[in-house]
Amino acid sequence: MSPAAEATTSTARAGSRDLRLSQLTKEYATFTAVKSLDLVVPQGQFFALLGPSGCGKTTTLRMVAGLDTPTSGTIHLGETEVTYEKPYKRPVNTVFQNYALFPHLDIADNVAFGLKRRGIKDVKKQVADMLELVELTSQAHKKPPQMSGGQQQRVALARALINKPEVLLLDEPLGALDLKLRRGMQLELKRIQTEVGLTFVHVTHDQEEAMTMADTVAVMNQGVIEQMGAPIELYENPRTTFVANFLGQSNLIAGEIEGRDGDQVKVRVQGALASVPGDRAHSESGKGWLGIRPEKVLIAEAGQPIDAPGDVITGGYVTDVSFVGVSTQYTVRMPWDQELMVFEQNTGARAMLPVGTKVDISWRPEYAFLLDASQDAKAGIEED
Amino acid sequence: MNTLTRAKRWIGKHLILGLGILVLIYTFVPIAIVVLMSFNDSSKSRNVYKFQQFTFDNWLHPGRWADGMLDSVMLSIYIALCATVIATILGTLAAFAMVRHRFVGRKAANIIIFLPMASPEIVMGSSLLALFVAAGFGGQLGFWTILIAHVMFCLSFVVVTVKARLSGLDDNLEQAAMDLYATEAQTFWRVTFPLVLPGIVGAALLSFSLSFDDFIITNLNSGQEVTFPMFVYGANQRGVPMEVNVIGTAMFVIAITIVLVGELARRRQEKALAA
Amino acid sequence: MATLDDVAAPKAKRKLTGYWLILPGALWLAVFFVIPFYSLISTSLFDPKGSVLTGYDMTWHFSNYVDAIDQYKGQIWRSLWYAGVATALCLVIGYVLAYAIAFKAGRWKNLMLVLVIAPFFTSFLLRTLSWKLILADDGFVVDALQTVHLLGDDGRLLATPFAVIAGLTYNFLPFMVLPLYASLEKIDIRLIEASSDLYASPLRGFLKVTLPLSMPGVVAGTLLTFIPAAGDYVNAQLLGSPNTRMVGNTIQSLFTTQGDYAAAGALSVTLMIIIVGAVLMYVRTAGTEDLV
Repeated sequence: MSPAAEATTSTARAGSRDLRLSQLTKEYATFTAVKSLDLVVPQGQFFALLGPSGCGKTTTLRMVAGLDTPTSGTIHLGETEVTYEKPYKRPVNTVFQNYALFPHLDIADNVAFGLKRRGIKDVKKQVADMLELVELTSQAHKKPPQMSGGQQQRVALARALINKPEVLLLDEPLGALDLKLRRGMQLELKRIQTEVGLTFVHVTHDQEEAMTMADTVAVMNQGVIEQMGAPIELYENPRTTFVANFLGQSNLIAGEIEGRDGDQVKVRVQGALASVPGDRAHSESGKGWLGIRPEKVLIAEAGQPIDAPGDVITGGYVTDVSFVGVSTQYTVRMPWDQELMVFEQNTGARAMLPVGTKVDISWRPEYAFLLDASQDAKAGIEED
Repeated sequence: MNTLTRAKRWIGKHLILGLGILVLIYTFVPIAIVVLMSFNDSSKSRNVYKFQQFTFDNWLHPGRWADGMLDSVMLSIYIALCATVIATILGTLAAFAMVRHRFVGRKAANIIIFLPMASPEIVMGSSLLALFVAAGFGGQLGFWTILIAHVMFCLSFVVVTVKARLSGLDDNLEQAAMDLYATEAQTFWRVTFPLVLPGIVGAALLSFSLSFDDFIITNLNSGQEVTFPMFVYGANQRGVPMEVNVIGTAMFVIAITIVLVGELARRRQEKALAA
Repeated sequence: MATLDDVAAPKAKRKLTGYWLILPGALWLAVFFVIPFYSLISTSLFDPKGSVLTGYDMTWHFSNYVDAIDQYKGQIWRSLWYAGVATALCLVIGYVLAYAIAFKAGRWKNLMLVLVIAPFFTSFLLRTLSWKLILADDGFVVDALQTVHLLGDDGRLLATPFAVIAGLTYNFLPFMVLPLYASLEKIDIRLIEASSDLYASPLRGFLKVTLPLSMPGVVAGTLLTFIPAAGDYVNAQLLGSPNTRMVGNTIQSLFTTQGDYAAAGALSVTLMIIIVGAVLMYVRTAGTEDLV
């Protein structure tokens, strides 16, 4: 581990340089971009702000960078308040969405820019080290327009990282790259973050990207954080229909909540009685949405046994099959006229079920979750 | 048969380009004549504007140039330099205001800047003359009134040119600079200014050539002063000395050289970077 | 869109900076472009009995206009007529050139654009004098036309309306080409391909797709050509004869040689009003009012 990284890790233990946003609000003439946001990003974390475009994530990031001024609320870095501090006085650097590399400066000068502005005289060694870290040593004297998107992305990263900011902000940094390059850069970014040990705040609308890279993901929608936690926690136990749909896909089935029974909550769903673990039930009375992820739904031809302890729901038939290699994705129309998604691993245990096959479905109760029915079941479904 | 259809297709494909090139050639005929006439020996008859005999004399003996011509060239250069400096500074400031700032009266300012480019020179020239006379400067027309007029019509072109460059500038670049510890002043001098500079240089070159070449407005507001275009106009009535074409050719060669050197430098830089 | 000063400057300062930056330039234009119009209008209403030496009296002499228009309506008509023909010629020639540069020039695009403005690098007056030589009575153009009997043996080009219009067309062509090129260049070539994919012949494709999309350039180009051409007098002076005098010739000689400021002012204002009226009408029919 490098000395710098060691130093930051030791202070990370003290936890004194967390990024804290409290009651942060940004209003524009016609709408509110960010509403009373409270958020703590622990030092040294890879933190992702995930949400659809227009949810306020970029505005939040820009307020942390000092590029937008909040309408109200505060931003602290450790004990220091930086809410109204000029961008050039904050120990925070940004990797911009379109990289914003200076076209009139070569790569080395771009990378050296921040150090030079802070009056650091001999920057050669640091620039060389940084270019090595991002594997661009041989490109040092090219100008940005001559480089590929992936290379520009790495320059933008190097230009920010070289300043050893307390917080590095990344605004959709991989958005302009093609899919394959993006996957590569995700691993690269994660590696670099682990190596330098800085706090990364990463803004993205790509849920897969957020889940792969971040220690903690905050899902943002319409200016507020819907839910925040480790990727597994968010995925397995979403608290809102928005999170359930935006992060992966979910089947949401309308049901009547019968009430708590020990550490289970019972729900009547289309005639069958289902149970949901108490810590996954986010509503305990009235109507509710019973949620189950498509890959957790088990499927079998009508009358065939299903390996699940819960109720078997019968009477469905397959309306669509798509084969995607590792799995097969079925659409099953249920007797109450709802289409459910079922993803089945292609283990080869059974042949693919053709369209029109009558099927039964079931799931393990421990994977179900229960949400308040007052929410829109379609919230967070991306239309594209 | 095959070659015929191929020829037809080739012509069809290149017809418009060919016509375009013909138009360009047409625009160059008068320039070729200016160059040619700069080598014309007109000593035998001054009154005919016609090629008579080849000579280098016009180029080699500035001492024999017509009375007042060199003075008029120097005056034109001097005025053009002054007008360029003033118009470029004022115009660049205004362009920054127009692109970067919101203020009351911005629309009106936009119209005032656009109008001089869309007004006939004769009207602008006569209005200015009317103003100078009304203000009691009717007897003092000369260097200052010419300069005022030239700055006035160059300004709009500077604003438009710099504005185009400035609004094409990504504001993320300035934000990135500030994010990277550059203060407002450093951001301006290290990022904004170098990126807008090509636009400013272009605007200055444009101003210089507009000012140097202006006749209609200048003629109304010049009093006793004689600029180079006025010299040519006046000489036309007496018989044009061939030396004027030396100046015309020299101007053309200098301007083309500036443009080509700029273009070559840009290409060389690009090539070096690509290697 | 957030700009630099949203970030950098406190609110009060941010508002004032704009004013300080625009002030010198705006003031210059206000004093030396806008106010002069007022002076011109008042000059045009002076008592015509005055002179530069004795001074003028402001007498609200509106009959200056009646007199000027009555006396010089020939020159006014001729100016509009010559400028109109020259603009139409520029449009045709300029469209071909702009189209060739925008779509056919490939890697020669930049070079051709430089060549379009290159004529500006020599003096406007010298180029016009060159036309005098080209169109001279014993020049090769006249000779050639006489040989093929397009021109009678004593026919001439110089000192005719033809020469003046040719000069105007030549001198203002770049003002047409540049805006045309700018709007043609913005057209997505795929739109033209799509039209040919949708069974449009090249001509129909041009008329239905390219031409309508280039209308902003056509409007801007015709204005930028027509306005200076209508006010020009250099071409009429150098290439024409007393019979081809345009309103510009008249205004300038009234001001500089005859010293009849009142008539000159009235004529100048009349020209401006006609041009503004024509421009407004034209822009309205062309339907591109957001030109500025």
